[in-house]
Parts: sequence; structure tokens; C-alpha cells
Amino acid sequence: MAAITSDFSSTPVLPKWTVPILLLAFAYGIVPLIGSSYLFEAILLPFLALGLAGVGLNILTGYAGQVSLGSAAFMAAGAFAAYNFNLRIEGLPLIGSIVLAGIVAAAIGILFGLPSLRLKGFYLAVSTLAAQFFVQWALTKFSWFSNNSASGVIDAPRLSISGFALDGAVGRYLFALTIVTVLTFLAHRLVTSQTGRNFIAIRDNETAARIIGIPVLKTKLLAFAISSFIIGVAGVIWAFAYLRTVEPDGFDLDRSFQILFIIIIGGLASIRGAFFGAALIVVFPLALSRLGGFLLGDVFDSGVLDMSQRIVLGALIILFLILEPDGLVALWDRTRRRLLFAWQST
Amino acid sequence: MPLPSYALGVMEASVYAPEVFAHGLPSALQPAQPSEGYAEPAGAAANAASPLLSLQGIGLSFGGVVALADIDLSVRPGEIRAIIGPNGAGKSSLINVISGVYRPDRGHVLLDGTSYAQVPTQRLAHLGVARTFQNLALFKGLSVLDNVASGLAYKVRSNFAGQVLGIGRSRGEQRETRNRADQILDFLDLRAVRDRLAGTLPYGLQKRVELARALAAQPRLLLLDEPMAGMTAGEKSEMADFIRAARDRFATTVVLIEHDVGVVMGLSDRIAVLDYGRKIADATPDEVRNDQRVIDAYLGVASDDEDGAGI
Repeated sequence: MAAITSDFSSTPVLPKWTVPILLLAFAYGIVPLIGSSYLFEAILLPFLALGLAGVGLNILTGYAGQVSLGSAAFMAAGAFAAYNFNLRIEGLPLIGSIVLAGIVAAAIGILFGLPSLRLKGFYLAVSTLAAQFFVQWALTKFSWFSNNSASGVIDAPRLSISGFALDGAVGRYLFALTIVTVLTFLAHRLVTSQTGRNFIAIRDNETAARIIGIPVLKTKLLAFAISSFIIGVAGVIWAFAYLRTVEPDGFDLDRSFQILFIIIIGGLASIRGAFFGAALIVVFPLALSRLGGFLLGDVFDSGVLDMSQRIVLGALIILFLILEPDGLVALWDRTRRRLLFAWQST
Repeated sequence: MPLPSYALGVMEASVYAPEVFAHGLPSALQPAQPSEGYAEPAGAAANAASPLLSLQGIGLSFGGVVALADIDLSVRPGEIRAIIGPNGAGKSSLINVISGVYRPDRGHVLLDGTSYAQVPTQRLAHLGVARTFQNLALFKGLSVLDNVASGLAYKVRSNFAGQVLGIGRSRGEQRETRNRADQILDFLDLRAVRDRLAGTLPYGLQKRVELARALAAQPRLLLLDEPMAGMTAGEKSEMADFIRAARDRFATTVVLIEHDVGVVMGLSDRIAVLDYGRKIADATPDEVRNDQRVIDAYLGVASDDEDGAGI
């Protein structure tokens, strides 16, 4: 026992921000130079958008313990709000539209978070479906939201920040990366603050939290607001940086489930977990299609791909829930510790 | 003794004001006090020191089952008061009424002279009341330190934006909360497990962390619902020492429920005995031990075992 402790203390202790800083240096300095447009368009942009959405949902579900199936609705609200702010307010900078879009998503989040004051768990999850169906319905029904486009499809505006155009794949990647970095950093600060500890307290024991004087109702609504803000901004990235043209149907219940799966697979109540989960969700179908095509050739068409993707993903979720409820993050940490330990003892 | 006197100072200022208030003003001005019910507290007034907690005619029933019937109780400041009784006697119901988890059908709870039909749970910490639970109610996903620090969450005045950006009063608050929690950890000898997740600790330690969380708020009234349930004899006497030390150090009034009569006899200043939702005795440990009704209802016939050691 003592030997183990001393082993760990003798490892070179790096400050805990070392890895994030190195990752960011790589993402900003090296990836734009070596990445292909396929890498940006098909992998990194959806990864960033879904990862951020996962961070948002993790604050609500992983930390504050309020299950939500309405994530895609908040993404849609963010995307369409940003589109309309950008369209209708002359001279509003892009960042302004994005922040306002986040605030709109947060307001809708608070509204649909109200049932959480009375409902818990499964019942709350079902009530958040109301957000999912209502937002999608409203965006389809009222063509004002899509500037009277016949199909409900909106086209993203040109991306530029203070005259600096970011329309290419690399530009959009850097745009998304910057927003995701800033919001993720703030989310990390949040979950380690007193407010974040209040979230966990309410998740772990609501009665005890109330009795020791944590303002439970206020804190729950705050969790909905912050979570929806982040998911709304993720929706903007999804629409403006990744797809460039979106319709309400793109933000359906499947998308909500996808984000929920991201945090379950990646790890509940973990900021890193959202990105682990998003990476798996984005890369997995691509890898599966390559692998299927390689092994089975023409038999592996898009129908089979879709089917096998669902089957494998479903199996993965069941496996994770049973074998590793703490997700990829726990798996990663344990593997790293073992490797470190093996390396130490050689 | 580096423990903070500043917090107590602040609290006492707000504590004794309402007491004066309660005695000096006509009952009509007191919140939640129906005027016709106020002729009662002759019993309370007979007590020399004005009680910190007093229950008047508390009645509570679930469906047709009477959990508590006409309970009066008066606890003086600084007292350690035990409530004992057989299973189902209504002990936990009583604690839940005092902490506002249950709303009594009849009667009032007076905290520091202010009368409540239902104690407002959300305001409980501000009123200087903290409690622990029969079944552990720790926040499993938080470290021991953060659990204890959460006992001070009710005082936090900075908002989330200030905390995220590290501006305004949030920094000072965070530091002060940490310091206070660390002092409580030292006091209860929990320093070694400071950074462990609470859910990973053995049961006895979790019980102690829960006591630490309650003490962090430096409550005037501490309600302990079976603080020693499921502990070994050694752990029990250790816990009893901690409870006594907490009372001495923080001048906290303690109301506790416990099954181990031996421990209770040694720890408490006074003991109230419940049976079938009624109070059948309320006296010093020696008097209770020799009370025939208590022996019949709870202690059993054990005349050769009067010190309760074998129980």
C-alpha cells in the first residue's frame, strides 16, 4: 500500500491543465495545417458541435440529475434564433447573434424545466419530450422562423468575425473550436464552483439539499437555463459551421437520444466524457462503414449500414450501462493509471 | 483552540433578537400564530431558561394511524436531549415535524419563541437548525470536504456567474467556506479522508461526515436521527464523545434519537420517552431509568441491570 502511494507521488507531477493546453495547442496549431477537408467537414465539426451539446446536457443530467430528452429542441431553438437575430437585426455582430440565441434557448429551457419542480426521473424525462415536440412543431408550423422559406430550410449566413471571413472548412473549424473551448472552460469552472456542488447535492439527495438550505427550485431552473444555453450554442455551431443548411426535422427526437447516448457512453457528470462520447458517436459510423465495405463489399449498402449501426450502438449502450456505468472516461482513467503504474514498476 | 468564534458571534446576534421579540410583543404580531392557541404555553414559561425549541400539542397521523398524539416538549439552550422509545413510537416523525419535513395536523413548533404551524424547510438552515438522517443522506458524488462545505451553502450570496468568472465576493466566500469546512474536519478527526468521495467511505465514517456537514452550519439546534445506528460499541462511544464535544465547543443544543439506551443515559441531560406516539416520560436519565411506565414500555424488566450497560 505504502509502495503504491510512493510510486504515485514519485511520478512527475504535471499541473492538471497541462493536457488541455497541449490538446488546444495541437488543435489550433497543427490540425489546421495537416487536416484534410474531409477531416473537418465529416469528423471535427460534428464532433465539436455534439461534444458541446454533450457538455450542456451533462450539466443538466449528469451533474444536476435532471433527465432530459429535449436536447435537440434546444439545439433547434439556438440555431433558428441565431438565424433570425442575424437576419433581422441590422449590424448585429455574429457573436451577438450567438449569445442572444443562447439566451433564447435558455429561456425555453427554463420554461420546459418548470415541470422538474414537481416531477422526477422517468416522469420528468417524458415531460421534456413536450419541449422536443413543441419546438419542432412551432418551427415547422410558423414559416416566419425560417424567413418564409417553403421547405422550412434555413441557410447559414456567411461566417465572419470583425471582417475576417471564416467560410472555408478550416475557418469554420477554428470558429467552432473557439466557441467550444470558451464554453467548455466556463462549464468546467461552473461544475467545480459552489453552484456546481449544489447541482450534485440536489442530484444525490434532494431532501438533504433542501434541509441544509440549498435553494432547490432556483438551482434546478438554473441548471436548465445554463444547460439549454450551451446546447443552444451547440445548435448554432451545428447549423452555421457544420451543415450550413438545416431544417427543423434535423433536430428530431433521434438527435436528442444521440446526445443522451453521448453522455451515457462518455461518462455522466464529466466534462471530458461529453467529448469522449461525441468522438465515439461521430467516428463510429464512419469506421463501421469502412470496415463493412472492406469485409463485405457491395452487400454492405447504406441500408445495411444504418441497421448495423443501430444494432452495434444499442449493444454498446447496454454494455456500458452494465459494465462501466461511469463511461469511457472511467475506462480511460483506469487504463492510464495502469499504464503509468506498469511504466513506474519497470 | 483555533475554532471560529466569529461565526457564532454573527449568529448569536441574530439569535437572541427574536427571543426578545417573542416575549416583548403581543402574540398577534408573531407569524403563523393563531391568536386563540396562544394561551397555552404556561408550561414553557415555567421553565426558568426560555426554551430554544418547544413543541406544543403536536399531533400527526397518517391516514388513520396516529403517529404522534398531543406531544409537548421543551428543550433548553445547550441541552442534550434524547428521545427514546420502541420502534414505531414516533421518534422519527417527531424529528421530521421539527425539521419541517412533515406538517403536523395539530399543534405548533416554537423555535426561539417564533411559532410555526409548519417549520419552513427551506429556511431551516437560516433559522439555525441542522439535522442528520436515519438513513445516510450524504452527497455520494462529492468529496468529504465538499459535503461538509455544502453545510454552508445556505450562506452563499455570490451568483453562478461570479463563481464561474471568479469575481466579486465569490473568491472570499469560497476561501472562507473551505477554511470552515477544514476546521470542522479537524474537529471531528476526518482530515485523513478529506478528499475521498463520501460514497466510498465505510458506514461509521459516513455517519461522522454527516455530523460534520450539520455542524459546519454551526447550528443552534442540532437534530440527530439515530446518529449511532449500526455502529460498533467503540464507534458509538466515539460518536457520543464527538456529540458532547460539539455541544461544548459550539454551544449547540442537541436533540437526538437513539436506540442504545446505555449510550443515551450517559450522553443526555434529559430524556423524553415516547410510546405509541405519546410522551410517557420526560426527565433526567436517573429518573427515566426508574420510571415504572418506561420500564414497562421500553426498558423491560431488568431490575438487576439498572445502569443499562447490558442493553
